[in-house]
Amino acid sequence: MTATTSATTAHVNSLTTGQLPKWAPWAILLGSWVLVGGVFALMNTGGDPGDFNVGGTMFLGTVLFVVLLTVFSTVAENRRKAMDRLVTALVVSAFVVVLIPLASLLYTVLINGLTRFDAEFFSSSMRNIIGEGGGAVHAVWGTLLITLGATVISVPIGLMTSIYLVEYGRGRLAKAITFLVDVMTGIPSIVAGLFASAVFVAFFEPGIRMGIAGSVALSVLMIPVVVRSSEEMLRLVPNELREASYALGVPKWLTIMKVVLPTSIAGITTGVTLAISRVIGETAPLLLTAGITQGLNTNLFSGQMTTLPVFVYTQYRSPGMYPDEAIARAWAGALTLILIVMVLNLVARLVAKIFAPKLGR
Amino acid sequence: MTTASPARTAQRGVRRLGDRVFSGTAVGAGIVILLLLAAVALFLITQSIPAFTVDPDDVSILRGQSFIEYVGPLVFGTIWAALLALIVAAPLAIGIALFISHYAPRRIASVIGYVIDLLAAVPSVVYGLWGATTFAPIVRPFYVWLNENLGWFPLFGGDVSATGRTILTASLVLAVMILPIMTAICREVFLQAPRLHEEAALALGATRWEMIRMAVLPFARGGMVSAAMLALGRALGETMAVTMVLSVSGVISVELLTSTNPTTIPANIALSFPEAYGEGVNVLIATGLILFLVTFAVNALARYIVNRRSAFSGAN
Repeated sequence: MTATTSATTAHVNSLTTGQLPKWAPWAILLGSWVLVGGVFALMNTGGDPGDFNVGGTMFLGTVLFVVLLTVFSTVAENRRKAMDRLVTALVVSAFVVVLIPLASLLYTVLINGLTRFDAEFFSSSMRNIIGEGGGAVHAVWGTLLITLGATVISVPIGLMTSIYLVEYGRGRLAKAITFLVDVMTGIPSIVAGLFASAVFVAFFEPGIRMGIAGSVALSVLMIPVVVRSSEEMLRLVPNELREASYALGVPKWLTIMKVVLPTSIAGITTGVTLAISRVIGETAPLLLTAGITQGLNTNLFSGQMTTLPVFVYTQYRSPGMYPDEAIARAWAGALTLILIVMVLNLVARLVAKIFAPKLGR
Repeated sequence: MTTASPARTAQRGVRRLGDRVFSGTAVGAGIVILLLLAAVALFLITQSIPAFTVDPDDVSILRGQSFIEYVGPLVFGTIWAALLALIVAAPLAIGIALFISHYAPRRIASVIGYVIDLLAAVPSVVYGLWGATTFAPIVRPFYVWLNENLGWFPLFGGDVSATGRTILTASLVLAVMILPIMTAICREVFLQAPRLHEEAALALGATRWEMIRMAVLPFARGGMVSAAMLALGRALGETMAVTMVLSVSGVISVELLTSTNPTTIPANIALSFPEAYGEGVNVLIATGLILFLVTFAVNALARYIVNRRSAFSGAN
């Protein structure tokens, strides 16, 4: 051992002198955790070992690490290197700090959701349910139908608008539409709900609630997302393809239908799927437009309709006489919702990967 | 040949039926969007006019206050909660974006990008449920500590809420929710920083941080500001997290840890709308109009900054 160390010190590499060794930050991190942990353990002596403050140890240990690393680096290296190390430590800890809520969220939803994630949850509605049991079949149907309605409204409008913007749009109208799509992306979801509610009240009676009103509210939120993503995809189609088609005498609309759209269809599908996954979790606009019901309603055009997010919200907000049961149902609903969103995201990514156009080569 | 040319020019004037139908529908779809937005504005404005003239005693929601008195605390709460969220989220988002663009190994960076997208995909109602039942009890001991040690500071004064469901909790949940969008935009901007500038800085012996400070951050300043504004717009309009996490009392108060909290416009609409009737509905729609105008202003400013930056940057 001593021989090798003396050998390495003998052949000092001039490029690495005046630098902390590579393991130094890790050693300091571990050391400060152990140190702070020791202090907390001393404060905890005689108490229950389960009371040991893990969160405090991690937090203060990391703070100590950042301080120590900067000090050591200032002493052993120089101030510039110390600054660099300080920022690196801060940037990495910012990332870790954000992972904590995500992990906690997914963990709680999974643990609490699985207690009621059973066959009954997906086979019964909340009609005549007071305490135990009950399920969300009405909410699942509501979610599917209302989202389907929103997709049917927004995809044609959104897709055609993006075709207009990319293929035809010149001048003032195109500029105005681009600007307004930007404005629409910023509409708060609750305002979309207010708008749809106001429209349907104007055409029907006050206080009207129905599924299609929810679809309209969601479309207001969905159209700009569809326009943005399809526009981006259509712009990726190389101009050479269009020109080749024109050169063969193919009219413009056929060029778009047979050349441009098939080339970009994977990206457009991905964009639409992501847009669906964005609006499927919307709660506020549906609360105002589609209402709340306990039973199954599969008619978009009459009667109130509950969706999964609204189901989660109502189970949490008004749990009734048996709060534990209601909260368990809310968690199961949340788990279902997250699963749906994850699957949609996964499908979108797979579509993008598998059906991506083989350009060049 | 020469005789055919007049016929050919005439032919160019003829447009095929398919072309006309197709471009017509495309223009039509664009006009539908114009009309839709006009309808949103029209309905919001016409429906909220009665709210400004209504007699306060006739509308149960107003509880005898005039409309201005009613909406004041709501506007304050909305902006206050969103600003708190932005203050927490902005440094974190910039840090993560830097981590993804300049610190993490490339393979890990794409995985992290996916994780951040995951955060964006979680529905807001799930955030609300998590914030109210899991997050609030976790942060409460921390609030007690803050109150005991820093209680002299106005923000941390007052009596600590027993449930932990305070405006600070709501803002922290909001911060987690707006992180993804801000991170995504910052990451894009950081990645666009001219590669040659970065390499030049490194070649002159700059450390990584000096390279970022001198080559990346000046280039990305505008983008970072607009990312923050877009995130602010998102936070202003977010409904469910605030509705579910906050226990509201509708006052103006800057104390972060007590159980008397200001509420926000969207949360107030979500809570009051199902029971509202008559002119009460108009009052709520009027508050929605104010929210719309505020978010519109914030977003328009952000877009303006982005567009100005992209026009002068050398990246494209």
